[in-house]
Amino acid sequence: MALKMVKGSIDRMFDKNLQDLVRGIRNHKEDEAKYISQCIDEIKQELKQDNIAVKANAVCKLTYLQMLGYDISWAAFNIVEVMSASKFTFKRIGYLAASQCFHEGTDVIMLTTNQIRKDLSSPSQYDTGVALTGLSCFVTPDLARDLANDIMTLMSHTKPYIRKKAVLIMYKVFLKYPESLRPAFPRLKEKLEDPDPGVQSAAVNVICELARRNPKNYLSLAPLFFKLMTSSTNNWVLIKIIKLFGALTPLEPRLGKKLIEPLTNLIHSTSAMSLLYECVNTVIAVLISLSSGMPNHSASIQLCVQKLRILIEDSDQNLKYLGLLAMSKILKTHPKSVQTHKDLILQCLDDKDESIRLRALDLLYGMVSKKNLMEIVKKLMLHVDKAEGTTYRDELLTKIIDICSQSNYQYITNFEWYISILVELTRLEGTRHGHLIAAQMLDVAIRVKAIRAFAVSQMAMLLDNAHLLAGNTQRNGICEVLYAAAWICGEFSEHLQEPRQTLEAMLKPKVATLPGHIQAVYVQNAVKLYASVLQQKEDSGEKQGAEEVTQLLIDRLPQFIQSADLEVQERASCILQLIKYIQKLQSKDVPVAEEVTALFAGELNPVAPKAQKKVPVPDGLDLDVWINEPPSESESEDEKPQTIFREEEHRHTKQRRTEVDEAELARRREARKQEQANNPFYIKSSPSPQKGYQDSSGVEHIPVVQIDLSVPLKVPGVPLSDQYLKLEEERRQKQKIEKQKKKKKQKKEKRGKQRRHDSLHTESDEDITPAQQVDIITEEMPENALPSDEDEKDPNDPYKALDIDLDRPLAENEKLPVQKHRASENQKTPEEETPSAEQKSKKPSKKAKKEKEKKKKEKKKSKDKESKKHKKSSPALINEEREEEEEDSVTASATAPKEPPAAESKEESEKPPTDFQTSDLDFWLSTSPAPTKSQLLVGFKKAEAIAVCSESAVSTVASEPEEAKQEEGENEKEETKPSKHKKKKHKKEKEEKKSKKKKQQQQSDEETVETPESVQNGTLDDETLPPMSSYCLLAESSYIKMMYDVQGNLQDGSQVVVSVIFENKCNSYLKSMEFNVLDSLNTKLIRPEGSSVHDGIAVPFQLPPEISNEARFVFTVQSIVMPQKLKGTLTFIVKTDDGSSHEKLDFKLHFNCTSYLISTPCYSDAFAKLLESGELKVSSAKVDGVSIPFQHLLAKICFHHHFSVVERVNSCASMYSRSIQGHHVCLLVKMGEKSVSVDAKCSDPTLLGNVLDEIKQTLTEKC
Amino acid sequence: MFVNCFFPSYYLQSEDTQQQIIRETFHLVSKRDENVCNFLEGGMLIGGSDNKLIYRHYATLYFVFCVDSSESELGILDLIQVFVETLDKCFENVCELDLIFHVDKVHNILAEMVMGGMVLETNMNEIVTQIDAQNKLEKSEAGIAGAPARAVSAVKNMNLPEIPRNINIGDISIKVPNLPSFK
Repeated sequence: MALKMVKGSIDRMFDKNLQDLVRGIRNHKEDEAKYISQCIDEIKQELKQDNIAVKANAVCKLTYLQMLGYDISWAAFNIVEVMSASKFTFKRIGYLAASQCFHEGTDVIMLTTNQIRKDLSSPSQYDTGVALTGLSCFVTPDLARDLANDIMTLMSHTKPYIRKKAVLIMYKVFLKYPESLRPAFPRLKEKLEDPDPGVQSAAVNVICELARRNPKNYLSLAPLFFKLMTSSTNNWVLIKIIKLFGALTPLEPRLGKKLIEPLTNLIHSTSAMSLLYECVNTVIAVLISLSSGMPNHSASIQLCVQKLRILIEDSDQNLKYLGLLAMSKILKTHPKSVQTHKDLILQCLDDKDESIRLRALDLLYGMVSKKNLMEIVKKLMLHVDKAEGTTYRDELLTKIIDICSQSNYQYITNFEWYISILVELTRLEGTRHGHLIAAQMLDVAIRVKAIRAFAVSQMAMLLDNAHLLAGNTQRNGICEVLYAAAWICGEFSEHLQEPRQTLEAMLKPKVATLPGHIQAVYVQNAVKLYASVLQQKEDSGEKQGAEEVTQLLIDRLPQFIQSADLEVQERASCILQLIKYIQKLQSKDVPVAEEVTALFAGELNPVAPKAQKKVPVPDGLDLDVWINEPPSESESEDEKPQTIFREEEHRHTKQRRTEVDEAELARRREARKQEQANNPFYIKSSPSPQKGYQDSSGVEHIPVVQIDLSVPLKVPGVPLSDQYLKLEEERRQKQKIEKQKKKKKQKKEKRGKQRRHDSLHTESDEDITPAQQVDIITEEMPENALPSDEDEKDPNDPYKALDIDLDRPLAENEKLPVQKHRASENQKTPEEETPSAEQKSKKPSKKAKKEKEKKKKEKKKSKDKESKKHKKSSPALINEEREEEEEDSVTASATAPKEPPAAESKEESEKPPTDFQTSDLDFWLSTSPAPTKSQLLVGFKKAEAIAVCSESAVSTVASEPEEAKQEEGENEKEETKPSKHKKKKHKKEKEEKKSKKKKQQQQSDEETVETPESVQNGTLDDETLPPMSSYCLLAESSYIKMMYDVQGNLQDGSQVVVSVIFENKCNSYLKSMEFNVLDSLNTKLIRPEGSSVHDGIAVPFQLPPEISNEARFVFTVQSIVMPQKLKGTLTFIVKTDDGSSHEKLDFKLHFNCTSYLISTPCYSDAFAKLLESGELKVSSAKVDGVSIPFQHLLAKICFHHHFSVVERVNSCASMYSRSIQGHHVCLLVKMGEKSVSVDAKCSDPTLLGNVLDEIKQTLTEKC
Repeated sequence: MFVNCFFPSYYLQSEDTQQQIIRETFHLVSKRDENVCNFLEGGMLIGGSDNKLIYRHYATLYFVFCVDSSESELGILDLIQVFVETLDKCFENVCELDLIFHVDKVHNILAEMVMGGMVLETNMNEIVTQIDAQNKLEKSEAGIAGAPARAVSAVKNMNLPEIPRNINIGDISIKVPNLPSFK
């Protein structure tokens, strides 16, 4: 046994590894396939062994072979085995192989779900990382649904490495499982402001990708992105954002207005070409969106075009290419500014680089006019001759056609010229676009009546020379034009000069080499031609001639009957029968021409390609209703073969209206039966419901429409040989002409016209611009066609599923599926709770905001009134006014409909929030241009602050406390949304208390709501809580007031964020603020790279009078178990009218222990487990004389100390929180008679003591 | 010559289509002159007109990225540069043979830059740090058991390139037996 193992490991040493395999393949250049199949055999052996290392090695080699094009899906299970290896080395190999060969059809993929989940939650970040990378390649809808929640948790992982991968993969998850977008979006949005630049850039990436597909849903993020754009220095992120704005501006022109200035600045300032280019691009997008409303942006256009010209003239081909690309965007709206650079663009057509030539071609498309079309096309035709490679030549060909046919042939003044261009294009060998030319020929011939005669003559010539076009049929797409030629000649045969000659050309034996569908058209149109020839001959009384033609057809048609193509065969045999019948009649001297012509009577009108779809469903017609009851299973089973057969026959006869003789019929029936018998799919096809009702019967009963041929026909004569000779001669001559024409198109055209008497134009016409008036028939549309444009959207677009309204609050049923341990438990997991809670709180906060705005408005109104009353407000009046104001706001809040408690109205109507959202955006967009540059830097927040300022600036008496509160509220909203909501609510309620109305009622309401049921999880319902702010005073002087709040950073266990609100209290500008602290050993301010520990951090804004704004500072903390105090200084410059002075303000920053805690929801069972585990130290405290309601008390603890309630029964509650470094803190709060006892458990005794102290302090504080 | 092609739908194609894409891409790219632009308009094969090929040419190597319109063209050129510099750092003076013999490593490095067709990281130092950390992890996992295998592979690397496994003398071909099949 031992020996075997030793041998195994020695064997393993000499297994081929990847390098050996590569080397081997390189050494076996001659018999590579053989060598590889041998290697695959070895690999199969290796995969059979138990040793995971051997397997991994084998899979690694397979991965390489997959790259060489060998199918390795047979090893999918082994790959899964290697993926689940415990060692990272093997795991990585497994995931790499999986990412290359797994796809939605791989069946073993469902075995991987649990393995991937395990890896995602692995303690090693690289296991998680490798799983995420692999998953990003092979995620399926099932995997996405099952793992969405796990990945969402990873978005808040402590390691930025994992965070950024998790954020990025969310895009893939959204694509596969669109339902996850709404629950995950708040967190994704959060990541836009992640401290790690990599995570931030990933989030920007994902949102940009989402927004690119459905921009309108992301308009509300514009302020946020604007802020990022003005603050970010990462070019990669900037480019993404700028590109995103390019997608957003078409939806919101006001956004464009706001963007143009910063973008222009960037264009002027940046040195990075990539950034410059994207800026120009977005400015162009802005200009396009503005072009309707704002005429005066010529400066910006000029700037763009100038910059682009520089790019195009650059020697770097890349820049040249991009310049042309961007130019083509300007072209759409401002063709004039581009047309001035025509020289440059035509010059680019001669560039040796194909990509550049293609771009230049694109530009030409928009630059043509009636005047220069011919000139440009002539130039292009020259290029066509020169072009060697087929792809570029094909591209030229399509461009020529595009240019000429654009907007309904708007620029073509001479269609004869166009037809001759088309004919000339058919000379191209090996082009793939024969069908394009054919389509153009058909289109022009049908829609431009005046040109038909000329077109027919040209087409006849093409048909005569068909052998040139059909030279090598296999790869030659150009023979498609014969399709058009045959059809045009047949349909408009009245214009033909020599119909007989054309007819013969169409019946030449060589035709049999053409593709089937073309032959079919040949056959059909030969009859049309025949009809017109017959008519002609009969009119002129040439009986013999008529008979000759008939005989010609009878002679030539049999070759088509032998065709391999069914369609051709069928048509030919029908027509042959018909012609034979005609011959019979002819032999009896019956004039038949009229009857035959009647077969093809009627004008064909062009029909728009979408016409069918646009036909409206008539009133009263329900397409989903059964016309007849669906047949029973058995019935349809029996009858199906016959009914289908009958249906088909029915249709055919109707279509062709030909008499089918009995023998033929029998033969066909036999053939069909044979076919049915041999067709294995025949029985299996699903029964057609509409056919079941028909009574089945034999084929004999099919209603056959008989052709009324009472007139006797003439017997056709044999065509004269000399006539043949003559025709042949003529044909040869024409061929000669054709060849000449190849070189001298113009000459040939003259000839063509000379032959025709009804030529409309002379040669010189071509150069005269306003040539003939051509009536272009527009395509037919059904009457009352629906004018919808929706048919432009592709219903299969995978991104359409992501068109989701993100502003609507999250509904109960929209949560991500979570792996449940016990089905009975209806609790939410913490991961799930967080985002939904956020989402829920979003709406109330908006509501509150709207109320606030309402209040402001009313306030303003009242102010106006007041100012009318007292023209000058003396200081004595201020108080009065303030009071009045307060009253106003009281009434405002009273008039505002009393909302039911927000927490209960979560699922209320969905419209209001979105309205608020847009009004938010409107607000942002409508703010007047900033008075200072600094506004641009702080973006949204600042803009709002200024707006507030301008409102209050109506009278300088704006009450300061009110203002401060508002500011505070606003900033708080940024920081902690739920708290803001609470606060606003309570402010209102406080005021209500003041008015001493309804308070009692409210209280009793609350009492009923609070049934002693246990309330689980999440923050509390919070109707009547006192106002709370987590911001405490940091320092205050006559110039400035600083408030601060400390928040732990969940993502990084050693960081806390201190948010400081700076409020300018004086009437002067405050500038150059610098924030500095003396670092302690434990706590350090994070300063920008390169600055020393004594340097302060510049506050990134200035403060105009009466304005406050918030800045954040990040500190690193080593130990969090003890509270900390840091001394610091704020220095700033006060700028007054008569000069400026340096000022400073000292402060002390308190880092409480509870500020390191982060409110984390917890299961009650997990909580119980935690308590039982015995790892936690216990301590308790008791506070007497507490009189506030228990509800408030809990809310206070939750708010100030970041706890969450796990469970609450009557006057007893358990609470939980976690520190940023992962300490668990559990509380049991009991309310007794006027006293509160708090039992706490924590994994760290020191932390426990300090937290308890702090809670005690809070409780003893009077509120 | 090494064509590195990635875009989300690439691996969803069958092996044959993949090979065809690579062949055509290589054909397109390799016949281009040195002084033409580095962008190629997308054909149908790479998913339509929204997609573009962006490539850079280093000696015998072509690095080809296929991107859609949401990426900045010049940005991707920079990204390729970052990729090559990262390869250079990870392989210490990268050469063509490194890439040929260590395709798996190249994939791993690329995975740190681009994930599922989206750009993940553009900072070279960050990428190199992660790759180094992973290599360290790999080494520690291999431990002592990995040592003999490494030794063998070192020996192989020294000698084998010169010794072909098939020795052809005239028409008689003597096949050198593969060691694992030797019982």
